[in-house]
Amino acid sequence: MEILMSLLIGVIFMSATYLMLSKSLLRIIVGTGLLSHGVHLLLLTMGGLKRGAAPLLGQQAEAYTDPLPQALILTAIVISFGITALFLVVAYRSYQELGTDNMELMRGKEGNE
Amino acid sequence: MNSLITLPLLIPLFTAIILVFFNKNVTVQRWIATIGSLLTLAAAVWLSATVYTQGIQTMDLSNWQAPFGITLVSDMLSSILVVTTSLIGFVCLLYSFRSIGVEREKHYYYPVFFFLILGVNGAFTTGDIFNMFVFFEVMLMASYVLLVLGGTKIQLRETIKYLLVNVISSGLFVIAVAYLYSVVGTLNMAHISVRLNELGQSGIVTVIAVLFLIVFGIKGAIFPLYFWLPGAYYAPPAPIMALFGALLTKVGVYSITRTYTLFFTQDIGYTHGLLEILSIITIIIGVIGAIAYFDVKKIIIYNIIVAVGVILFGVATFTTESLTGSVFYLIHDMIIKAALFLLIGIMIKITGTSNLREMGGLINRYPGLAWTYFVAALALAGIPPLSGFLGKILIVRAGIDAGNYWGSGVVLLSSLLVLFSVMKIFMNGFWGKAREYKQQEKVPVRWLLTAPVILTICAVLYGLGSEALYPIISTAAETLSNPEIYIKAVLKE
Repeated sequence: MEILMSLLIGVIFMSATYLMLSKSLLRIIVGTGLLSHGVHLLLLTMGGLKRGAAPLLGQQAEAYTDPLPQALILTAIVISFGITALFLVVAYRSYQELGTDNMELMRGKEGNE
Repeated sequence: MNSLITLPLLIPLFTAIILVFFNKNVTVQRWIATIGSLLTLAAAVWLSATVYTQGIQTMDLSNWQAPFGITLVSDMLSSILVVTTSLIGFVCLLYSFRSIGVEREKHYYYPVFFFLILGVNGAFTTGDIFNMFVFFEVMLMASYVLLVLGGTKIQLRETIKYLLVNVISSGLFVIAVAYLYSVVGTLNMAHISVRLNELGQSGIVTVIAVLFLIVFGIKGAIFPLYFWLPGAYYAPPAPIMALFGALLTKVGVYSITRTYTLFFTQDIGYTHGLLEILSIITIIIGVIGAIAYFDVKKIIIYNIIVAVGVILFGVATFTTESLTGSVFYLIHDMIIKAALFLLIGIMIKITGTSNLREMGGLINRYPGLAWTYFVAALALAGIPPLSGFLGKILIVRAGIDAGNYWGSGVVLLSSLLVLFSVMKIFMNGFWGKAREYKQQEKVPVRWLLTAPVILTICAVLYGLGSEALYPIISTAAETLSNPEIYIKAVLKE
């Protein structure tokens, strides 16, 4: 199961990298979303996939699932949600202001003398 | 159990929350902000004094015992960094009052400012690696908003790049923590250190070490990962630039210092060797940038990169002496970079340009500005007895003792070239033929100048009083070079 997850995570990272290398801003943002999904899955897999009872509830169980990675993922999901929201707003605003979503046209030349 | 340690975090947090409710009333906001930041500074100094007299302070949040819950740890290094952060925060705030503009002030500039201070102080104080990620995100979120606030074209454009770089680096941070967790099964930094030492030298730990170096290297702008910095720091107005330049990269540097002294000490030949090579190249690249440009902002921005290299060279040498030098230099650089950014901010306000070729003769009308800049520039380059000197000499001497003549030579040579780059601003900007500038009557130079003057005085005193401060700094370095002290204080064994 872990191997399968690793492969899946690899594919997600691959697609995220591909998307982030494109010129269009929206595709880049989708790429960052995909990247954070991959990261969260990796975190889940690294803690070991489900084996044993839920912690605290099944008091007599032989083994327990590690609750910590799940808590970490929850935190990381909230953070990446907030950042994606901000990113979308900034992207929309800059599309209005700059009139383009093409990263090639967003190079800065200030102070390069 | 000591709740004093939370004060430098809670005061900015509550100040920020209160400020949100007064966003339309600028005068009230300024007063609350001043009081909040003075309280933060007082709490930080108090905490620092407590750490100095009573040793490392720790606090287990919600009373969960050390390796299980989140622990806040304030050792000498983190407490003096918190003091420096609060001081710079206060001074940048003073500067902001008359320069940032009412529009920004009404659009939540001050609340976000305090969230940034909260994030930076938190990252310095936490003793839990995942909690450090969370504080990084608080700090980054605030920095995104500060960078884009105002919404000019250049700010929007640079914010997008800055956001993207930092989203990727945050992703890598979580990956690094995940790998580390799968190896050691704990998140408490002291506990990680214990477990890694039990594990001994192994390949996977080295991989994780390099991954952490990449993560913090992106934040701290070391050699192959600094590319985002000159663009992003160029965009915002001076006080924000000063905050970023003085605090954000230094958080990355602090994290590298912490992880490379506490965690990854098993395979020093590889990990610290890599750090050493990268730091030397960082210095060289930074110096080239600082000499090459004729734009005041770019010159100072590239000087950030030089300083990061110098500090990390000391960390990579990894002796008590070099670590003492690094800590000395770290504090010095935070203060003096903030001062320089604020000073060039005034220059840009007066002249309306950041291009040195269109400036000149400022010393006639603004001698105070000119001489403050001159002292700050000398301090940056490390002319004795000013503040950069002692840190650099310790780093260089430790490097030579360790047999690294090349690296030490580069550090020495870099001081000379740094001096050249900042004197270029002095000669072209302040000397020469006086010109008339359109904006100059409106600029409240006297008020704006108080902020960098405070910082420059601090820097001078820091240099002159380095003998008196030496015990404090060497205590900080002692904890770094001997992780046992840190571990004992946290795990209470």
